[in-house]
Amino acid sequence: MTAVASAPVRGEVRPARPAGFAQVLRSEWTKMLTLRSTWVTLAIAVLLGVGGGVGISAAAAHAYRQGHIAPGGWKPVQVSSISLFFVQWAVAVLGATVVTGEYGSGMIRTSLAAVPRRGRFLVAKAVVLTAVVLVSGEAISFGAFLAGQAMFGSGVPHAALGQGGVLRSVVGAGLYLTAVGLLSTGLGFLVRSTAAAMAVIVGLLFVFPLIFGAIPVSWLKQVDKWWPTQAGQQIYTQIGRHGSDVLGPWAGFGIFCAFVAAVLVAGYLVLRSRNA
Amino acid sequence: MGEALIVAEHLTKTYGSTRAVDDLSFTVAPGRVTGFLGPNGAGKTTTMRMILGLDDPTSGKVTIDGRPYRDLAAPLREVGALIDAKAVQGGRTARSHLEVLAASNGIPRRRVSEVLRLVGLEQVARRRLGTFSLGMSQRLGVAAALLGDPHTLLFDEPVNGLDPEGIQWIRQLMKGLASEGRTVLVSSHLMSEMALTADHLLVIGRGKLVADASIDEVVRGGSASTVLVRSRDDAALAGRLVAIGANVQAGSSGGLLVGGVEAAVVGEAALAGGIVLEELTPQRVSLEEAFMELTRGDVEFAAGLLADVPLGVAAAGWGAPTPTAAPPAGPEVRP
Repeated sequence: MTAVASAPVRGEVRPARPAGFAQVLRSEWTKMLTLRSTWVTLAIAVLLGVGGGVGISAAAAHAYRQGHIAPGGWKPVQVSSISLFFVQWAVAVLGATVVTGEYGSGMIRTSLAAVPRRGRFLVAKAVVLTAVVLVSGEAISFGAFLAGQAMFGSGVPHAALGQGGVLRSVVGAGLYLTAVGLLSTGLGFLVRSTAAAMAVIVGLLFVFPLIFGAIPVSWLKQVDKWWPTQAGQQIYTQIGRHGSDVLGPWAGFGIFCAFVAAVLVAGYLVLRSRNA
Repeated sequence: MGEALIVAEHLTKTYGSTRAVDDLSFTVAPGRVTGFLGPNGAGKTTTMRMILGLDDPTSGKVTIDGRPYRDLAAPLREVGALIDAKAVQGGRTARSHLEVLAASNGIPRRRVSEVLRLVGLEQVARRRLGTFSLGMSQRLGVAAALLGDPHTLLFDEPVNGLDPEGIQWIRQLMKGLASEGRTVLVSSHLMSEMALTADHLLVIGRGKLVADASIDEVVRGGSASTVLVRSRDDAALAGRLVAIGANVQAGSSGGLLVGGVEAAVVGEAALAGGIVLEELTPQRVSLEEAFMELTRGDVEFAAGLLADVPLGVAAAGWGAPTPTAAPPAGPEVRP
């Protein structure tokens, strides 16, 4: 390491390609794939989603066969997608650390010196995260569904992708996970620390809905109905059920997406105005 | 490359009630190493961060080649900077860290191998950065700065953490870059380091510009120079010197310290009085002393600064300390 070769300082960099959005996108793509934590988080997501799905489905089918679940209460699509509730935490960690990992290490200063246009930087990060989470989220959702239905065995009602609303639910779960990842990225730009971003995510996805569900007050039911993450989950939890207390699957997901977009815009405003 | 100037105009940055940078105006010219010198906390890093568009100035502006940094389409091909060597993600290897940066500015991949060889890190290119020593991280920072073959380079305290060989190397590198016509701005809180590398100095204290001059000018202007004289009859000589308007004090180890006149004038006075001289030595002010003098009163943490000047003025080797440039001593300095 101490021996310093006499390589040229001057290099062949000038007849270079233009540096536009495509270059920033490639840079962010390389960033994502060259961190071991990305692969560890994705492996955990698969383990939680597919592995957890298999376990939950097998246990539920056993309970059904034992007569602990009434035939009218048996919902095969919901059962095999329960594990996705845990996958969203892994996705949230990935989405946040794409940003907060840079703030924690100081890399953000190196990154912004290389890409001073803040909007371009944020959009490139969001696009790369969307690609990674969409592909892995759909894979996990389909994996959990197919493996889960296979675990039911004979004598337990199955669901098939061709049935009404089933394909939308399975695809929708992947879309929902992608939106959770983007929400987390936006929060990362807002609060700049992994711990703070995760605290907000846990509050949004878990703590507040738990409170809404626990207190039987009619106006809280309305809040629960319109609460962005609760609305977003309709796209995969809702099969053939459409009461006045819940939004439709696409309307709910639309609300969630609008909320995610608003958080990303807020994150951009903070990124642009606050010192790096 | 053209005239790649860094131009700061009335640059000011306040954090709450603290003025980190206060109405700073300067120009950094190509073809020479410009030293950015000041005690810790003087605002050097804040200024460099504003040059790079990482911090927004509270008022004023700074441009590179006439443009704000944030307007550069491919900044790494114009400006290379080493601000904080540890500002990297430890999970990535040296090579992939540089590949990330190269990709963002459309710099060909083979240039990554080139700069890794240039800084002597090719053997550890596949090691994760979390395992790097500070010295290795500094070298990686230099590699990142050189990646785009930029016309302007900023180095913030580049010798920190380097071994003696590395320090030697980076001094040569900075001089080499300047001699190729590039604009090189390097910060330090050590005057002795600047004396070895810089051609021109920007001295700041408490966010304000204290001096913008060549090294020679700083030394000459720093403090009134004095002449040490020993003679057979100091008393008589002192009387003659005072009569021609010189400022005379007793030297710390005998003889007279004469201020306000040149050595030749002292010699003439002795000749006129028939006094035999035994020694006549102009006392040059060391760069270190000049720096202390310039920033005195601008130092935020006096004891901290003392700690940063480990050898003190006496060891600078350019003559005894003058009374005016003596470092503060006594009760302010913690044991």
